[in-house]
Amino acid sequence: MSIINNINKAFDHRIRLGIMSILMVNDYADFNMLKELLGATDGNLASHTKALEKVAYIKIEKQFIGKKPNTRYAVTPLGKAEFRKHIDALEKLIQKH
Amino acid sequence: MDSKDYLKDISEIKDMMTKSSRFISLSGFSGILAGIYALIGAYIAYYLVTHYSHGVLLLNGWVFKFCLLTLALVALFSIITGIILTTKKAKQQNAKIWDATSRRLVFNFLIPLVVGGIYILIILSQGKYGQSGGLMLIFYGLALVNASKYSIGDIQYLGGIQIILGLIGAWHPGYGFWLWVLGFGIMHIIYGTWMYFKYDRK
Repeated sequence: MSIINNINKAFDHRIRLGIMSILMVNDYADFNMLKELLGATDGNLASHTKALEKVAYIKIEKQFIGKKPNTRYAVTPLGKAEFRKHIDALEKLIQKH
Repeated sequence: MDSKDYLKDISEIKDMMTKSSRFISLSGFSGILAGIYALIGAYIAYYLVTHYSHGVLLLNGWVFKFCLLTLALVALFSIITGIILTTKKAKQQNAKIWDATSRRLVFNFLIPLVVGGIYILIILSQGKYGQSGGLMLIFYGLALVNASKYSIGDIQYLGGIQIILGLIGAWHPGYGFWLWVLGFGIMHIIYGTWMYFKYDRK
C-alpha cells in the first residue's frame, strides 16, 4: 500500500512527467524549450504547466528579454522532493514484478 | 497500469533528462580526422624546423610564422570538420544542432580554450615559446573536462589525459612537441575510433 501511495497522480501523464524530468536537470526552461522537447501544442503544454503550478511543484517566472516577454519555468523544492518519491515508487514497482 | 508502463515511464524520464541537458550528437569520426590533421600539421612543422631552421625555432624567422599558420589551419580544419559531421549526425538523430544544450556546450568549452589561447599568444609575444605545447594541451584538456558536463560524459577522460600530457610537457618542455603529437594527434584518433564504435555506429 505504501508504495502505491507514493505514486503521485499529479505526474500521471506523459507531458507532466516530461516537464518535471526536464526541470530536474535544468535550472530553468522556457516555454519554447519545453514545447520542442516534448512535442506538445501550446494549449496542451500550458494546461499541464498550470496544473503543476497549482500544486506548487513548479514555479513560473515571467520576465522580459529586451522587449520580448519570456516565460520560464523552474522546479520548486517541494516538486523536486515529490518527483524523487515518484521515481522511487516507480522503480520499486518494477522490481516487485 | 502494469509494470511495463512503469518501465516506460522510467525510461522516458531518463531520456528526457539526457535530451534536455546534454548535447550528445558529437561525431566520433570528426575526432579521428582532427587527429589526422594534427599529425599532418606536426609533420610539416617538424620537416620545416629540421630542414630549414637547423632544428632550432627562431621566433622572428619565417619557419616560425609558417608553423603558426600550420597550427591555425589544423585548428580551422578540425573545427569545420567537427561542425559538418556533427550537424550530419544531429540530423540523423532528429536533434537540433543549435539549441539550448549545444549552446551551453560550446560556451562552456570555449571559456578555458579562449583564455588559454590568449594566454599562449601573450607569452609567445614575450618570446617564451617553450611552454606553449604543454599549455595548449592543458587548456584544451580543461575545456574538454568542462564541456563533458553538457555532452557525452566520456570526453572528460580524454580531457584528463590531455591535462596530464600538458603537465608532463610543462615539466619537460623539450618533449613539448612530441607530447603535442601524442595528445592532439594520436589520442584524438584513438578516442575518435572508440567513440565511433560506441556511439556512431548504431
